[in-house]
Amino acid sequence: MLSLKNISIEHPKTPLFNISYNFEAGKFYCILGRTGAGKTEILRALMGLEQLSNGEITLDDENISNRVIWKRNMALVYQQFINYPHLNVLDNVIFPLLRQKIKKSVARQKAISMLELVGLSELADRKPSQLSGGQQQRVALARALVKDARILMMDEPLVNLDYKLREQLREEFPKLIHQSPDSVILYTTTEPKEAMQLADELLIIDNGQIAGHGKPHDLFENPPNLAVAKVISDPPISFVKGHIENGKLIGSDGTILQQSGLQHIANGEVQVGLRPDALSLGGELTSRVVLTEINGSETIVHLNFSFGQAVMLLDGIHMFEADQKINVSLDTNTIMLFSLDGQNITKESN
Amino acid sequence: MFRFYKILKHLCLLLWSAFVVFPFLWSLSTSFKDANAITGGATYIPWLEYAPSMQGWASLFTDNEQGINIAGPFVDSALVTILASLVSLILGTLAAYGLSRFEYRMGFIKNSDITFFFISQRIMPPIVLAIPFFLMLKQLDLLDTVAGLVLVYTALLMPIAVWVMIDFFNGIPKELDEMAMIDGCSPIEAFFRVVLPNSIPGLVVAGMFCVIFGWNDFFFAFTLTFTQTQLLPVAIVSLNSSVTPWWSLSAFALISIAPLVVIAFIVEKFMSKGSLSGAIR
Repeated sequence: MLSLKNISIEHPKTPLFNISYNFEAGKFYCILGRTGAGKTEILRALMGLEQLSNGEITLDDENISNRVIWKRNMALVYQQFINYPHLNVLDNVIFPLLRQKIKKSVARQKAISMLELVGLSELADRKPSQLSGGQQQRVALARALVKDARILMMDEPLVNLDYKLREQLREEFPKLIHQSPDSVILYTTTEPKEAMQLADELLIIDNGQIAGHGKPHDLFENPPNLAVAKVISDPPISFVKGHIENGKLIGSDGTILQQSGLQHIANGEVQVGLRPDALSLGGELTSRVVLTEINGSETIVHLNFSFGQAVMLLDGIHMFEADQKINVSLDTNTIMLFSLDGQNITKESN
Repeated sequence: MFRFYKILKHLCLLLWSAFVVFPFLWSLSTSFKDANAITGGATYIPWLEYAPSMQGWASLFTDNEQGINIAGPFVDSALVTILASLVSLILGTLAAYGLSRFEYRMGFIKNSDITFFFISQRIMPPIVLAIPFFLMLKQLDLLDTVAGLVLVYTALLMPIAVWVMIDFFNGIPKELDEMAMIDGCSPIEAFFRVVLPNSIPGLVVAGMFCVIFGWNDFFFAFTLTFTQTQLLPVAIVSLNSSVTPWWSLSAFALISIAPLVVIAFIVEKFMSKGSLSGAIR
């Protein structure tokens, strides 16, 4: 088991504050957060590339906080497909094995098997520069997997690939990675869909802290706080100001968003989270179109209401003019309410 | 229009080539002339316009008033240049890697100040350094020795190596070193196994600069040597007596640039090889 105990780092741009978490071997952990939230810094702290200002890292109850990088038995796939340009594909994969003092013939055999697994055995003699982006990332993945490292980290490994390749590797990753049941797998991403698809457990990082953790579905259905709600959905959840008055939810302009059922929440101001699929065409609420985005077979419509802005997700392709007036309805069952300090208070009303 | 530009481009290149190559051809032609051929007006084509003579080339291996045996100065120059360039390249590369990868701070002095300190050695006019170098070598009893010159040239060449290599290392992604360490290399191993093999073009450029400067320098070779040690540029000048032996001078000059030309051809392929494509995307 890999444990982070109150780790902090004093990074000038993205510091980490008191991160504590236990990672179990054989599970796929996704660390989800926006750019600059501190995802990469967690990995860098684990690798020993960032100095801890506080806390400790233990692996199977052994403190590895002060262990040098090259003896930590970790593997990493960077987002930039880092390979050794002077070595061919096979030698790239052999490289970490030779550093582990494995016999060259054994290392070679292991590397060849790994290249077969990632589908690159026919390109073993090529230099990384002679490969496509996807192939280069497979080399990096093969080099990381071949080590049988106790901790396998992937830092947004798909971010520089085109859409199709991303989809393909997203499907392949779990199969490839579950070859290492004794490893803790950490995967950082900014994409909620990717995290939801891959993760056994999800950690949401916001401003250098763990904002939430748990099963992806649970976090999506019931984000514990505003920070989690802000990153877990794509298209994003919209937030507008409102207040509770005798069990009713009223928008900032006086529009009644929910007639009843909120008696358990004390009167006062709240932040209202509107899921993109909570809004649908036709209904009482009047809005003006700000922007329409066609995203594959879905349409994302940015709407301006008198109580604030919100995003509506529609199946199929719909075309709206900017500033066009449309009426929509709101599914009150999916409304989320957050206190002013960001805690999810919706549950209290259920 | 395109055709016109193409012709113009080729014309310019031809002109420039003539400008560069002509002095060499002229030296080559002169080296095969004798006193009569040289003083008889401009002649270009051997056998037709003048009778070729080996007098200039023969003088390279005679040690009398007609010439200087080139072997001694050649060996001295080669020794000084190779040793000083090697030491400069090794020390300069290590210094440059340190300055590129690690952060140093001593009071107000930071990495950029240390880098400037190295480069500033080359900003000073040579005459400023000549007297201190002379006194230092005298104190060390190294005046007029190959070892003394190696020491001086190392001090002069290292800034070039640092300057070239620091820029090159800055262009190698730091993530490559980090990846090597994650893959099990200590920092030293990461440098030798990953960074250095990918720095060959930089090393070649730095090495070339060091060799060219070391081989061609006249000023320090002249001020810090007397009779025991003589480098090629000084030997060439010492050929010049009351009657300038242009044939010997030309042969001498051609021999002295030959190693540089050969090196340039050998290292040319390394300049394009070893690019960092495929290291990071």
